[in-house]
Amino acid sequence: MANTQQLEDITTQVRRDILRMVHKVNSGHPGGSLGCAEFFVSLYNEIMDRKEGFDMDGIGEDLFFLSNGHISPVYYSVLARSGYFPVEELNTFRLLNTRLQGHPTTHEGLPGVRIASGSLGQGMSVALGAAQAKKLNGCNHLIYSLHGDGELQEGQNWEAIMYAAGKNVDNIIATIDLNGQQIDGSTDTVLPMGSIKDKFEAFGWTVLEIEEGNNIEAILKGMAEAKSLTGKGKPVCVLLKTVMGNGIDFMMHTHAWHGKAPNDEQLAIGLAQNPETLGDY
Amino acid sequence: MKTYENQGNKDTRSGFGAGLTELGRTNPNVVALCADLIGSLKMDQFIEENPERFFQIGIAEANMMCIAAGLTIGGKIPFTGTFANFSTGRVYDQIRQSIAYSDKNVKICASHAGLTLGEDGATHQILEDIGLMKMLPGMTVINTCDYNQTKAATIAIAEHKGPVYLRFGRPKVANFTPVDQNFEIGKALHLVDGTDVTIVATGHLVWEALEAAKTLNEKGISAEVIDIHTIKPLDAKAILDSVSKTKCIVTAEEHNHLGGLGESVARVLSQHNPTPQEFIATNDTFGESGTPAQLMEKYGLNADAIIKACEKVIKRK
Repeated sequence: MANTQQLEDITTQVRRDILRMVHKVNSGHPGGSLGCAEFFVSLYNEIMDRKEGFDMDGIGEDLFFLSNGHISPVYYSVLARSGYFPVEELNTFRLLNTRLQGHPTTHEGLPGVRIASGSLGQGMSVALGAAQAKKLNGCNHLIYSLHGDGELQEGQNWEAIMYAAGKNVDNIIATIDLNGQQIDGSTDTVLPMGSIKDKFEAFGWTVLEIEEGNNIEAILKGMAEAKSLTGKGKPVCVLLKTVMGNGIDFMMHTHAWHGKAPNDEQLAIGLAQNPETLGDY
Repeated sequence: MKTYENQGNKDTRSGFGAGLTELGRTNPNVVALCADLIGSLKMDQFIEENPERFFQIGIAEANMMCIAAGLTIGGKIPFTGTFANFSTGRVYDQIRQSIAYSDKNVKICASHAGLTLGEDGATHQILEDIGLMKMLPGMTVINTCDYNQTKAATIAIAEHKGPVYLRFGRPKVANFTPVDQNFEIGKALHLVDGTDVTIVATGHLVWEALEAAKTLNEKGISAEVIDIHTIKPLDAKAILDSVSKTKCIVTAEEHNHLGGLGESVARVLSQHNPTPQEFIATNDTFGESGTPAQLMEKYGLNADAIIKACEKVIKRK
């Protein structure tokens, strides 16, 4: 079991990976990736019970599904640094013939990825299917999923949210990255969604809030509580309040870096704010 | 010429139901999903025998397709059931990203395809689904012709690894292929030998093609009839072998001429052996309300239309 400082060190390195990946190809989505770095690091290093290696069926281990696939940089960095594939492969992000496509896919056989995502709103349904397969297989492990808050504007989510509660799918913890931003601006200016907590509760979910979604201790505590609430007949939703662009001061609290890469100078500033810990790829 | 006996009219969707029931008894990994159309899809028996392996999704087809994708992760073989329109056009992006691109072992089973859905009209009569599905990389596309073949195909696709679109229909039609046949994906069925014209048909048009061949035979025209149940991958060899003998071809399907079987055949012919071809298909139009027989007559999808097309294409040789 890693201590908090170790997880902080991994997170710092993951931030460097994210910046360097998107900078090299001058494309990709650093904002949401940085906002979820602590969550991914906590999930893969502490929260999930994972087997060594990778097989698609994932029987006998917890599984994770990323619905908002555009934050692939953080996903790839954490998968690589969790041993799913060589960290050097991060160098190929978004390049021709890469397994690290712009949005995650199973098509090139990248270990760690079980479904393509990018076209938004599909991941919760997929996660529910996998959760029901676990039940059929008598496997007591859990399904974790992550969704953007703006992504909840896609109607399919609400089909899935209704279904999960109606069918008592209680072996899933769906986390919503509540950063309040989307490409065109804040979620409140693009399409005000009201209280997401109220909506999930009205649909019959158990909802938990992690106010400090970029604080590793808060994430570990909140997710442990979420886990304790599974298996009680209701699906569990975690509202993770994060700051888009977290850890790079000029990228924080704005939608401007949702889908934009830093230039050379901005990269240097960002890297200086996050000194190497595990070694760059 | 070889003739086929109608063993009694039956609906192809009941063939699907019977095949699914058999799979329920023989393959513990098969699971079924439905979006509030259990009766229409004839899934009742499977559900009665395997309640734990059935998922009633409600009227939420997008959710159904992606739940099916998720169920494959853990080794299940999901069969989704709803009308063809709601199995394809309504959920194209879900199939594209979560099933086809993700290479998930989902069997999309689509009833009430084409005009023969009848009185419900154009909102429910999809004539574009074969095109939509065959354009997806990795998707196998099957359109069965009768009850027995649909049952056999349903059983066969469970053994095939990868996404499949299985298309069938609503009305009771002639049941003429053998009981308990072995269905081979991608292998055309050579039904009648002929020398003057090749008729390749799929789905409900196969029986019409056989009827047409009988009448043509009486007129002294020898028609070869091939059932193309698998539109993708297409049995190009069966088509090329036949036209090398007959030198002309008529394709017949209950689908738009854009994107259907006819276009797939035309592509094979233009590449390997340019051959005069006539198309029995709808002409870039929506359907409308009416009885199945009225609609097939109005839109030119019956034996009479096939006969005329054969006579026309023979003159073009």
